[in-house]
Amino acid sequence: MDLALIVLLQIVTSIAMLALISLGLAVIFGMMRVINLAHGEFLMLGAYAAILATGHGVNLWVSMLLVAPVSVAIVGVVVERLIIRRLYGRMIDTMLATWGLSLALIGLVTMILGNTNTGFSAPLGSIAIGGFRMSGYELFLILFTAVLLAVVFVVFRFTRLGLIARGTMQNPDMAAALGIAPSTVYAVTFAVGAALSGLAGALIAPLAGVVPTMGTAYIAKAFITVITGGAAILAGTISASGLLGAVNTLGSFLATPVLGEVALLAAAIVLLRLLPRGITGRFLKGSL
Amino acid sequence: MQFDRRSLLRTSAIAMGAVAAPAIIHRGAWAQEDVIKVVGIHDASGGLDIYGQPMIATLGFAVEELNAAGGLLGKQVELINYDPQSNIQLYTQFATQAATRDRAAVVHGGITSASREAMRPILKRFQTLYFYNTQYEGGVCDRNIFCLGSGPAQNVTKLVPYVMNKWGKKVYVLAADYNYGQITAKWVKKYVTEGDGEVLADEYFPLDVTDFGPTIRKIQAAKPDIVMSLLVGGAHVSFYRQWAAAGMNKEIPLASTTFGGGNENKLLSPEEGDGIHAAFAYFQELDTPANKAFLERFHAKLGDKAPYLGAELAMMTYHGFNIWAEGVKKAGSVDRMAVTEALESGISYQGPAGTTVVDPKTHHATLDVHIAEVKDQAFEVLESYAQQPPADTQAVCDLSANPNENKQYVVGI
Repeated sequence: MDLALIVLLQIVTSIAMLALISLGLAVIFGMMRVINLAHGEFLMLGAYAAILATGHGVNLWVSMLLVAPVSVAIVGVVVERLIIRRLYGRMIDTMLATWGLSLALIGLVTMILGNTNTGFSAPLGSIAIGGFRMSGYELFLILFTAVLLAVVFVVFRFTRLGLIARGTMQNPDMAAALGIAPSTVYAVTFAVGAALSGLAGALIAPLAGVVPTMGTAYIAKAFITVITGGAAILAGTISASGLLGAVNTLGSFLATPVLGEVALLAAAIVLLRLLPRGITGRFLKGSL
Repeated sequence: MQFDRRSLLRTSAIAMGAVAAPAIIHRGAWAQEDVIKVVGIHDASGGLDIYGQPMIATLGFAVEELNAAGGLLGKQVELINYDPQSNIQLYTQFATQAATRDRAAVVHGGITSASREAMRPILKRFQTLYFYNTQYEGGVCDRNIFCLGSGPAQNVTKLVPYVMNKWGKKVYVLAADYNYGQITAKWVKKYVTEGDGEVLADEYFPLDVTDFGPTIRKIQAAKPDIVMSLLVGGAHVSFYRQWAAAGMNKEIPLASTTFGGGNENKLLSPEEGDGIHAAFAYFQELDTPANKAFLERFHAKLGDKAPYLGAELAMMTYHGFNIWAEGVKKAGSVDRMAVTEALESGISYQGPAGTTVVDPKTHHATLDVHIAEVKDQAFEVLESYAQQPPADTQAVCDLSANPNENKQYVVGI
């Protein structure tokens, strides 16, 4: 019984982690059709922002939940102004440009901070569940991801800002005719996506350790989740991370962690063969 | 542009001069080469830099000490360090460079067994003497290499019975997924079985894995008495963090053949690291006059930059260089075969880690082994075993009978 509960909790943790690392990418891809290959480096920058801030005496929670997303959002705005906005509608070109950006960011951070593994310990101690123990921080991550998804949903669905953003993405010319500057909306959306990535990076840092190349470990998973999810930002992210996270964890439990990863990739390939437009391309159409 | 005979001649003369200049200048430099070149290849960056940085520091220190004492055979020793950035391809590239361009008298280096096996054939082909100073899984049988770190018959053989006696008989093995982890896990199995214990499971992780969540749950379900960690590198440090975050460090004790080699005890907080047991041929905390004198010199020289030396790897690099220097003195030359034969005469070196004796038949070392426990980010030595022979490699390898042998033996279970 305890074991079933703990496996279930582990599955939920994996799902939350996948959703967390994919959300920023999903916002940028789902809203703007921009494939941001520097997503992994946005995670990495968020993690470093949190580490540097705590190193300078900032409270751990403040640096993870505030400093990291804000600083990466600023990076996002700069990147959007300098690179992305010149390439809207040119998907391949944006991919190449953001890939270049990803390499440049890795190089830059390596030069400044060194190619060394750093990290900090997870706060919150541990919690006993029956005969098992689990880290309190992982439970926090699950709850926090759920709250984050809810906030993103509310902002995009019920606020004027969300309405403007969605309207601009559907038809920029019409939005412009109604007096809204699409380029500002694009910049803000990109910054929001970057902020979510930075936040995710800071939140996974205590569990994963931080190194300039850490983004490469997550970018593939984030991409697979977003592509498997399809066009809808939230429904896609949640359904895809739910499915892939469960497959990954069960694979890890039944066999080895390596086979768990293989199972995740195999599931994604099969899904994309059956549903080339992603899960939300067939089901839950038109949802957010 | 006009192109007459005169300008053509002039241009080509300049061009030829420019092309030939490096060779001429180089030859000039070569003629007055009166230094002995030693190459060190250790990761100063990337996931393995936790091991590499202290090794680079002690190698540099050993060379400086020797030079300050008058050098070798009346010449100064020039140390060339390469940083392979935790990348195997760069290991092969730098090994080739050391042998062909630098014409090094000896190469010290390699941290993971994968990097050693990448460099070993290259240095053998180019007939360049090779010292590997890291604790490893044992079994390398090759006359061109000296492996001076401890092996499973020196550390695992002491650590496993000690912790089984202390904590219980059911062991769960976590290992890095390459030759070191795979082979050492076999040794752990052998000693656990010999102690009437049981290995409940063994799991292998590529060096970049950072998510140990499912594994920690599996360990909780299996309920072992001991978790044996053969994890390697910076990414795997997150296992200890996640293990402690789940509160498991209070429930199931950890023993490791690798913990401390990369100063993991300093990376983790006291709450995370306390209680982990490890076995190595050296700990910085060793309470011997030789070690204390060394640390005093080391810190006086490097000051704030002196790294914590942790367990074995950095110190055996220091021993390794000094043993090579003893060999050169005895041979009276840096010639590869002369030095090899001098070292095969049973050279020993007394250093901070005690006495290290080169075993002529295997090119491995007889050395002291200690078991220690992490306490407040430092090691507290619990037991010491003097002069342990490299029995793992001795059982399979005899280079004096078969000098041309060139392979790594793997223990059969």
